[in-house]
Amino acid sequence: MAQRRPASFYLLALVFTLFVLFLYGPMLTIIVLSFQGPTGGLTFPMHGVSTHWFSRLWGGLGVVDIWAAFGRSLKLGAVVMVLTVVISLLAGYAFRRRFRGSAFVFYTAVASLIVPSIIVSLGIAVEFRLLDACIRWAAGAVGLTALVDGFTTSAGTFTSGLGAHLTWTLPFGLLIIFAVFNRFDRRYEEAARDLGATPRQTFRHVVLPLIAPSLVGIALFGFTLSWDEASRSSQALGADQNTLPLELTGLTTTVTNPEIYALGTVTTGVSFAVILVSLLLIRGLRRRPS
Amino acid sequence: MERVHRRLSRLVTPAAAPYWQIAPLAGVFAVFFLLPLAITVIVSFWRYTEYSIIPAMVGDNYVSIFAGCLAELPGLCVTFKTYLSTLKFCVLVWLVTLLLGFTVAYFLAFHVRSLTWQIVLFLLCTIPFWTSNVIRMISWVPLLGRNGLVNAIVVGSGVAPRPLEWLLFSDFAVVLAFVHLYTMFMIVPIFNSMTRIDRALLEAARDAGASAWQAVWNVVVPLSKPGLVIGSIFVITLVMGDYVTIGVMGGQQIASVGKVIQVELSYLQFPLAAANAVILLGAVLAIIWTMTRLVDLRREL
Repeated sequence: MAQRRPASFYLLALVFTLFVLFLYGPMLTIIVLSFQGPTGGLTFPMHGVSTHWFSRLWGGLGVVDIWAAFGRSLKLGAVVMVLTVVISLLAGYAFRRRFRGSAFVFYTAVASLIVPSIIVSLGIAVEFRLLDACIRWAAGAVGLTALVDGFTTSAGTFTSGLGAHLTWTLPFGLLIIFAVFNRFDRRYEEAARDLGATPRQTFRHVVLPLIAPSLVGIALFGFTLSWDEASRSSQALGADQNTLPLELTGLTTTVTNPEIYALGTVTTGVSFAVILVSLLLIRGLRRRPS
Repeated sequence: MERVHRRLSRLVTPAAAPYWQIAPLAGVFAVFFLLPLAITVIVSFWRYTEYSIIPAMVGDNYVSIFAGCLAELPGLCVTFKTYLSTLKFCVLVWLVTLLLGFTVAYFLAFHVRSLTWQIVLFLLCTIPFWTSNVIRMISWVPLLGRNGLVNAIVVGSGVAPRPLEWLLFSDFAVVLAFVHLYTMFMIVPIFNSMTRIDRALLEAARDAGASAWQAVWNVVVPLSKPGLVIGSIFVITLVMGDYVTIGVMGGQQIASVGKVIQVELSYLQFPLAAANAVILLGAVLAIIWTMTRLVDLRREL
C-alpha cells in the first residue's frame, strides 16, 4: 500500500478540492452574509456582525406568511418521509419475488424520475381541476347545494401536493431498497425460519435490524427531497398553500436585503440537522452489537 | 358464502403477497403520475377560454404552437428558437458535468485508497444535494452580482475597467448554476460503475504497455459506460424541463420550454400548456430512447 503516488494523483486531488470549494463556497457566503450588520446589503463588505436579519425574519416577511409555509413544508416533509420509507419497503419485499407487471411498475418508477417535473405538475393540476368539476357536478346532482357553494378545491398540501412529492421521492426509495435487497443474505431469514420464527418475528428481529441503516437513508432522501422540492409541486398545490421552496423562489425577485440570506441559512440549517442526525443514526445502527 | 370465503383466503396466500405489497407504490404512480400524463395528452386536444377549459378533439393548440414555423424557414419561429435555446443549455451543461463528474468519480474510485476516505469524500460531494436548490442558486448572487465578490476582485486588480455584467442573470450564470446543482447526478452513477471495475484489468493494461491515458480511455471509459449514460439521462432531462433555475439565474429574461409551459399555466391556458408538455415529453423520450440504445438500463439498476 505504501507505493508512491503518481503525479496525476496531485492534479486530480487539486481538481477535486476546487470542485468541493465550488460546491460549498457559495453556500458559506450566504451563511456569512446572513449575519450582516443592520446597515449592510446583499454583498460584501460586511457592515459589522449581527443577528439583525434573523430577528427581522422572525417577525415575518411582509405580505408573505413565511412561517406558515415553513410549518407546512416541515409537516409535509415528515409525512412524505414516513410514507416513502413504508411504501418503498413494501415494494422492495414485492420485488424480491416474481409478480405479474413487475417490469411495468419498475419502468414507471424510473419514468417518474426522468419525466420533467413541470409536466407531472401540470398533469396533477389539471387532474384535480377535473376532479373538482366532477365533485361539484355530483354534489349538484344529489342536491347538496351547501357543498357546492362552500367547495373550492380538492387540491391541497396533503392531497395533490403530497402525491406530487411522492412521485419524486419514491423512485429514489425504490432504487435504494433494490440495492439493499440485492446485497441481503437470504440465509439469515432461512435460519430464523428453521429455528421456528414466524414471518413477523423474522422481519422484526432479523431483517429489520439488518436493513435499518438503509431505511434511515431512505428517510433522509424522503425528507430532504420533499423539503427542497419546488418544480414538481409548483402547480399542484392549492391557493395560498405554497411550500417554503416555492415562497423562496418568489422572494428571489422581491426581497432586496439580507433577510433572504437569513431564511436561506435557517433552511439550510434544517437540512444539515436532518443530514447529521441521519448519518449519526446510520453509524449508530451499524455499530450496534447484534 | 363458501366461494366468497375461498376467494378471500386466496388473497392472503403467500402467492398474493407481492401484489398487496406493491399496491401502495403502484397506486401512487397510477393516481399521481400515469393518470396525470394521460389527462395531459387528452387535454392537449381541448379548447379553452379565458376562464374555462372545454372538452373537444381539435389540433388547434398544436397548430398555434407551430404557427408560422414552416413559412419562416430558414428563419426560426419562437417555438424553434425556444427549443434551440433549451437544447443549447442541455449540450453545454451535459459536456461540463460529464467531464467534471467523470474526473471527480475517477479520483474517488481509483486514487482514494482507503474505504473510509472514499465514503467521507463521497458524502462531501452528495451533502449539497440534500440542501435546497433555490438557496444554492441565490448563493451565487453575492459572488457574481454587479457589486459582488468576483467583480470587486476583477475591478480592484485592474483586469477590467468596470464590473462585468455577464456574470449574473445571463446564460453563463444559468450554466454555472446547472453545473453546480447537477454534477452530483453524474458523479454517483459513474462512481458506482467504476467501483465494479476489476482493478486487475488496469494492471493488465499497464503491464501490456498502455500509458495512463490509454488505460483510462480504453479500459475505464468503456466499462463506466452504464454510469455515463445514466448520469447523462438525468442531467439532460433535468435541464430540458427546467424553468426554476433558468428563471432565477437568468433574471426571468431567458426563454426555455419549461418556462413557456409555466407562463401558460399562470394564464390558466391548460390545453395549450398540455400541448407544449406533450411535445416536450416527446423530445425528452426521443433523447432517452437514443441513449438507452447504448446500454441496458434495467441490468445496471
